[in-house]
Amino acid sequence: MNFIYDLHRTVMSQNLILVYGGDFTQETTKSILALAEHNLDSSGENSAIKRRVFNIMVEALQNIVKHGSDQGTLAGPLVSKGAIFMISKNDSGYCVLTGNPIPKGDVARLTGNLNDLNSKDKESLKEMRKETMKNTQISEKGGAGLGFVDMKRKSGKKLEFAFSDKDAEYDFFCLKVNVSREKD
Amino acid sequence: MMEILNLKGTDDTPAVLLDKQNGIFEISGRSLPENAAEFYKPVIEWINAYASDSNSSTELAIKLEYFNTASSKLILDVLSALEEVKGIKVLWYFHDDDEDMEEAGQEFSELVRIPFELKVY
Repeated sequence: MNFIYDLHRTVMSQNLILVYGGDFTQETTKSILALAEHNLDSSGENSAIKRRVFNIMVEALQNIVKHGSDQGTLAGPLVSKGAIFMISKNDSGYCVLTGNPIPKGDVARLTGNLNDLNSKDKESLKEMRKETMKNTQISEKGGAGLGFVDMKRKSGKKLEFAFSDKDAEYDFFCLKVNVSREKD
Repeated sequence: MMEILNLKGTDDTPAVLLDKQNGIFEISGRSLPENAAEFYKPVIEWINAYASDSNSSTELAIKLEYFNTASSKLILDVLSALEEVKGIKVLWYFHDDDEDMEEAGQEFSELVRIPFELKVY
């Protein structure tokens, strides 16, 4: 039973205001959003930062659902298993934190994409977004390929990420998106 | 006579009202469906049908509180479909403290060839 207290201590020491683990679907996404919105509203958070946190949460959660699901939207609602979603709050703002398994074969491409995004300034992100909107089609999982671009724009900070070795087939992808009250 | 397209808003889809007879064209609320392409399909189909027999002028009010990136792609498809409507104008509404929504309206206006008016509400 010790893990309960250990987990509680981690939640307290990391200033986590919301932790969800397990299966992710559009339905759980909506519930998590409602819970987080309630939390931000009741703490009297200003609407600009609230909107940015909400925005990043939606993209992070829908990324997990889309990329963690084995099937496309034609086969019915998407389900992503074995991921984790957290929000922490500190004096300077919020962090949206996610963890989910990804196939080892996808690690290099994802790392490249995220490093590329992190090297771009506000103007080039805007151009990238416009180009992608004009030229790409919605994927079979319903994505526009703009989730990380939007997270980077709304955050204004670098997207922090790391991979842990999970098993022979999968790594565990950890992402931290900072939302500061002081926008850069 | 064209049918009215009236979709009630939900917690992840916007309210849509497209009513030729009364000259009311509005999309409002939140747009973060899992399958944005499926949600916007009837909207785009309605606009395509309307384009061939439209009123002399049409103002579409877009009052979105929030939309996800998949929806942004589909909103661009909606706006592209509107390029075929004669006398079209888009009224893009945003809250005065919502810079991101104002910027989104600005960006969409740069991507399509239709007049945009950005309005605070």
